[in-house]
Amino acid sequence: MMSLSRISAIFLRQIFLFRGNPVRLVSIFLWLVIDVIQWGFISKYLGSLGQATFSFITVILGAIILWEFMARVQQGIMMAFLEDIWTQNFINFFASPLKIREYLGGLVLTSVTTSVAAFLIMVAIAGAAFGYSVLKIGLFLVPSMVMLLIFGIAMGIFVSAMVFRLGPSAEWLGWPIPLVLSVFAGVYYPLSALPGSLRAFARLVPPSYVFQTLRAVLASGIAPAHLFADLVTGFSLSAAYLVGASYFFVTIYKRNLRSGSIARFNAEAL
Amino acid sequence: MNRNGVLRITNLTKEYGAVRAVDRISFHVNAGEVVGLLGPNGAGKTTTINMILGILEPTGGLIEVLDRGLAGHRSEVAKGINFAAVYAHMPANLTVLQNLRVFGLLYEVKGLKQRIASLLREFDLEDLAKTKAGLLSSGELSRLNLAKAVINRPRLLLLDEPTASLDPSVSSLIRERIRQYAKTTGAGILWTSHNMNEIEAVCDRVLFLSRGRILLEGDPRTLAADHGKKDLEALFIAVAREPLRLVEQ
Repeated sequence: MMSLSRISAIFLRQIFLFRGNPVRLVSIFLWLVIDVIQWGFISKYLGSLGQATFSFITVILGAIILWEFMARVQQGIMMAFLEDIWTQNFINFFASPLKIREYLGGLVLTSVTTSVAAFLIMVAIAGAAFGYSVLKIGLFLVPSMVMLLIFGIAMGIFVSAMVFRLGPSAEWLGWPIPLVLSVFAGVYYPLSALPGSLRAFARLVPPSYVFQTLRAVLASGIAPAHLFADLVTGFSLSAAYLVGASYFFVTIYKRNLRSGSIARFNAEAL
Repeated sequence: MNRNGVLRITNLTKEYGAVRAVDRISFHVNAGEVVGLLGPNGAGKTTTINMILGILEPTGGLIEVLDRGLAGHRSEVAKGINFAAVYAHMPANLTVLQNLRVFGLLYEVKGLKQRIASLLREFDLEDLAKTKAGLLSSGELSRLNLAKAVINRPRLLLLDEPTASLDPSVSSLIRERIRQYAKTTGAGILWTSHNMNEIEAVCDRVLFLSRGRILLEGDPRTLAADHGKKDLEALFIAVAREPLRLVEQ
């Protein structure tokens, strides 16, 4: 049984940090705002060139907002985890009745809360600055966001597990992951732009199904024939990654219990 | 375990590869009893405490708290345990009040608001409630660590050098509070320290650890004389420098 009290303790610990230092909020939202504004202008400029057959703003800005949402979920989990490393909390936390799945639950809850807030801010800015409404995506928006959320959580847990295994100095591994994945996710271009071998790898990246379908929906205004198959494949892959990442994290936790690394993490974080 | 036992350790062992950090030790802590765990650096004190806390997995042996095995029931057993240690930091970027709230939720404390108010009074932290833990002095931080350590009214309290680097006045206050806690609640306390005067003043019984083994056990007020030493400090030095000779005696 999971304890809501203990999950809320982990969540509240992060919320207290935001309340105690509002500058932390700026670090979450500032880059997203800059990204939306920058890509909004790029899209607007591209749309003014030649004979575009579709609205660049609609396609690119929609994709950017969804992608940033996923990246924010991943980094939100990683940041909350790193916060506990930097402030050397592991002994106090893991010596309490806190279970590892409750700890992960608290990290995920924190990340989802801040990511949804970030998403709403991006939507508001895209609407105010470029007249873009995310609702143009239609009903497809809901499964897209859920799939990206699941994949973002899986990536966040995976990166945290890597840091848990390799030590605090391995945090740099987490930062470029969204950038690397974006190459294969087809955020900025269709998958057909990739060479064959990379396209095969892209099929293993769940967001590629979101952005491939999104582009088709926005270009033609109707759901493509492969919509259902894409959703099933994307969801199945995301769920598999989530299960795999959670298993990996728990395995590392158990290994650290045997090796004594949980206590030693305090020293390395100094 | 007898009716008064809160902690029973049986053949507890921890190996790191070929190194045996804790070597088949067995001991118990009774309700209301303060037991000192002594020994030179590297003797296995913190390793033992970490295993009881469930943050280090033993290689072998049994840990029972209130008649319940720790293995397989860590979360349930941990509800009745708490600890304070110089190396276990409270989140420095949270205030005293926020820290107590977070740990109160982690231990699922009933009536948390009232419990926190009572702890702030008891540990003289009321004026510091909104101060971040990172800004507290050593003495204030020790009081916060102790307030956190008793927030769930633990039946077993583990204290790893709780008065290290504190001035005599704060140390005395902390000793007094801990003795009072054991007396009023019947909690068992396992205490490590390198201050032999403190051990003599606080502990009902002491265990001397050397190279992962329990070398001596007894009343801190008579143990030194029993082994031909003038005081506990002289006995400690003998344990640290020539443990084998001491055993032969």
